[in-house]
Amino acid sequence: MMDVNEIRRQFPVLDQQVYGKPLVYLDNAATTQKPLCVIERERDYYLHENCNIHRGVHYLSQMATEAYENARRTVARFVNAKEAHEIVFTRGTTESLNLLATSLGRLLASGMSLRGAELSGATWQSTRRPKVLVTAMEHHSNLVPWQQMVQLYGGELLVAPMDDNGVLDLQAYENLLKQSPQIVAMAHVSNTLATINPVKEMIRLAHQYGAITVVDGAQSMAHLSIDVQDLDCDFFVFSGHKMYAPMGIGGLYGKTAWLEKMPPYQFGGEMVETVSFEKTTFNKLPFKFEAGTPNVGAALGLETAIKFIESFDRKAVAEHEEALVAATIAGLSKIEGMRFIGQAPERSGLVSFIIDGIHPYDLGTIIDKMGVAVRTGHHCAEPVMTRFGIPGTVRASFAVYNTLEEVDILVHAVNKAANMLR
Amino acid sequence: MTIKEIQDSIVEDFSMFDDWMDRYAMLIEMGKECPIIDEQYRNDQYLINGCQSRVWLHAELRDGKVYFTADSDAVITKGIINLLIKVFSGQTPEDILSADLSFLDEIGLKEHLSPTRSNGLVSMVKQMMLYAEAFKSIS
Ligand SMILES: Cc1ncc(COP(=O)(O)O)c(C=O)c1O
Repeated sequence: MMDVNEIRRQFPVLDQQVYGKPLVYLDNAATTQKPLCVIERERDYYLHENCNIHRGVHYLSQMATEAYENARRTVARFVNAKEAHEIVFTRGTTESLNLLATSLGRLLASGMSLRGAELSGATWQSTRRPKVLVTAMEHHSNLVPWQQMVQLYGGELLVAPMDDNGVLDLQAYENLLKQSPQIVAMAHVSNTLATINPVKEMIRLAHQYGAITVVDGAQSMAHLSIDVQDLDCDFFVFSGHKMYAPMGIGGLYGKTAWLEKMPPYQFGGEMVETVSFEKTTFNKLPFKFEAGTPNVGAALGLETAIKFIESFDRKAVAEHEEALVAATIAGLSKIEGMRFIGQAPERSGLVSFIIDGIHPYDLGTIIDKMGVAVRTGHHCAEPVMTRFGIPGTVRASFAVYNTLEEVDILVHAVNKAANMLR
Repeated sequence: MTIKEIQDSIVEDFSMFDDWMDRYAMLIEMGKECPIIDEQYRNDQYLINGCQSRVWLHAELRDGKVYFTADSDAVITKGIINLLIKVFSGQTPEDILSADLSFLDEIGLKEHLSPTRSNGLVSMVKQMMLYAEAFKSIS
């Protein structure tokens, strides 16, 4: 058994009142709170270790460099990457995806085929017109960079549809693969619908049709075990702040062969090997993709956050979060006019809903006054809202420190707000 | 009643409650009583920018006075716009333009709204002023 009260003691921010009510923090899909160990790790870095890395000959710089590279190794181990250099530190999911869209776009435009010949054994096809396949449930961050990239090069964006429960239509997905997209980008877990996509199968199919695959792991890293080798994805991206780590750090996993081929995303210090006014050669992996001074302190915080996650029996945590989701659904479904958005059988730590005749924004406003923090709106997935014909949803999302009592408070608050608003 | 008198009575109504839940309940009631915009104006042209929920506002001039109608898909937002309508509807463009808006601070509405809603409030007031400005120049 997990001792949630003990865990909560590691999150001082949870222990406060808002509007005179105990804070019930259920906006973990937006960002999780940070445990003391993570806060202290970052603080310690600035107290004792702060230094710019990869450049100084002096003691502190060497120590900081080593700590930073250790953090990289920890991330690599956590997602089971083959090599540490397959992990590129970024600001988070959004930056990772912009890096990929920009760099892969340039690679394509250079006439270099992306169709996954070497890696998946499919036929080599040369084309300068990018085609990217995404799913209908993407966060704007895994949609807009691809959309803008294909528009820049006169290509095409394909969208795999889902059903009314928020389950991807795998048959339609496979049919779209027959149109030969070079890149397939997919959410591992939907941030609005909670759907866990069958990414392993989707990746297998994509490779079969010669496409390379990008998995948006923003919502899966904190909740599921990630094994990039088992998934066989070409790229996997994530944000630290959604997994108990500080803001401003995240990452990109990429298979070595692709990272080697890809041109740099940003240029400047750190990512170069030799520079003259005529010509620059670029540093080796992963530094080629890490221009400028990185967020070292946050990277160390991320490493600590990973160790924090690993300190639990992950199966027990998953069961705990499932129990919270189940109790939320059971409690809310008694409310008249309740409609759950996203009812996939395979789901992860959040519940999205609306109530007939009540604007999500009104509901969120009232329950906020009762101390309950949820997210309302389109959750950066406007096409999903359009698909379901709604202005937005109310989303309660969970983390390891949430309790069944908090679910009760949520249900009670929603009930009361609904009565006021009707 | 003058704008000042209406404002004072709203401030009084709000000060009866010390719990923000009750004040929200009052806003919700106001939302339900909002003079609803004619269907023909419920379109993008009358949409106010800067609100997370959608708000439509229309105004017309009758006998030298401005009359507002509005709607929103969120009832609290509708309550806020109706609160403004109560203050400004039936007044002359000149009176609207010279109105003192400090009552919004007195009822503490601004600070209790989320930043998006408070931006919305500012946009609503601005739009009402624009109407008054336009009517002033034609009347
Ligand atoms: C599925 C998904 N993708 C991408 C993002 C963007 O993450 P970030 O804002 O950390 O870059 C989010 C976060 O809201 C998300 O939930």
